[in-house]
Amino acid sequence: MPIPLDYYLILSAALFTIGVVGVLIKRNPIVIFMCVELMLNAVNLTFVAFSRYHSDIGGQMMVIFVMAVAAAEVAVGLGILVSIFRNRASINVDEIDLMKG
Amino acid sequence: MTGQLLLFAFLAAVTIVCGVAMILADNPVRSALYLVLVLFSVALLFLTLHAVFIAAVQIIVYAGAIMVLFIFVIMLLNLGTPERIVDRLKPQQALGPILGVVFVILLAFIISSLPTGKHPPLSNTLVGPYEIGMNLFTANWIFPFEIVSILLLVAAVGAVMLAKKRI
Repeated sequence: MPIPLDYYLILSAALFTIGVVGVLIKRNPIVIFMCVELMLNAVNLTFVAFSRYHSDIGGQMMVIFVMAVAAAEVAVGLGILVSIFRNRASINVDEIDLMKG
Repeated sequence: MTGQLLLFAFLAAVTIVCGVAMILADNPVRSALYLVLVLFSVALLFLTLHAVFIAAVQIIVYAGAIMVLFIFVIMLLNLGTPERIVDRLKPQQALGPILGVVFVILLAFIISSLPTGKHPPLSNTLVGPYEIGMNLFTANWIFPFEIVSILLLVAAVGAVMLAKKRI
């Protein structure tokens, strides 16, 4: 028998949660970006699993768009990091508090 | 057909272990390498779902382009050596993993109570470049495709604007 859809969904839920915990506990913005990528990948896995089990190619189209958006997000985010590092010589997320958020 | 299940279990174990190792590593370069392993095993999981084109794109775009960008910025900013940071959010570091485990268990309960997950897949066709292209460049998805091209252009220009000293 083939693998049930549930297994893929639970695996991607676990991957997504690893990403969330990483965003919460890490203090290095580059590692936080990597955790965001991990969350996007977990969602992609869900899309592809549903696409196969419901025989609808729309899920895989969405995966392509998610990958394009992830590439754009990483480029802009790392650009922001480089410019912060140039101005403050430190990119610890606890010290970036100019906006008092 | 326990071979499929064994393969899935192996790939899932590699993915989860490397993901946890990624957020436990002190050194950002090590985190990046563990992330590459996670991305590769997710690509193999895409292959087990018969999505060959998505698997190839995953390796080329994620494990290739995006990870090179990460490593490049880590090296550029000289963040390879971990610095001891004074951490003002100590309770968060203990609470985060506990709440994460609780969250996963909750999600697993919800997912396994869904009625959708027990069916076998509806078809066994591979989804290769032909099917993706036929769908992407015809009426259904051509408009989002164009929008994404504009988004990528904006992101490229924006990244140069942000990172350049003087325009």
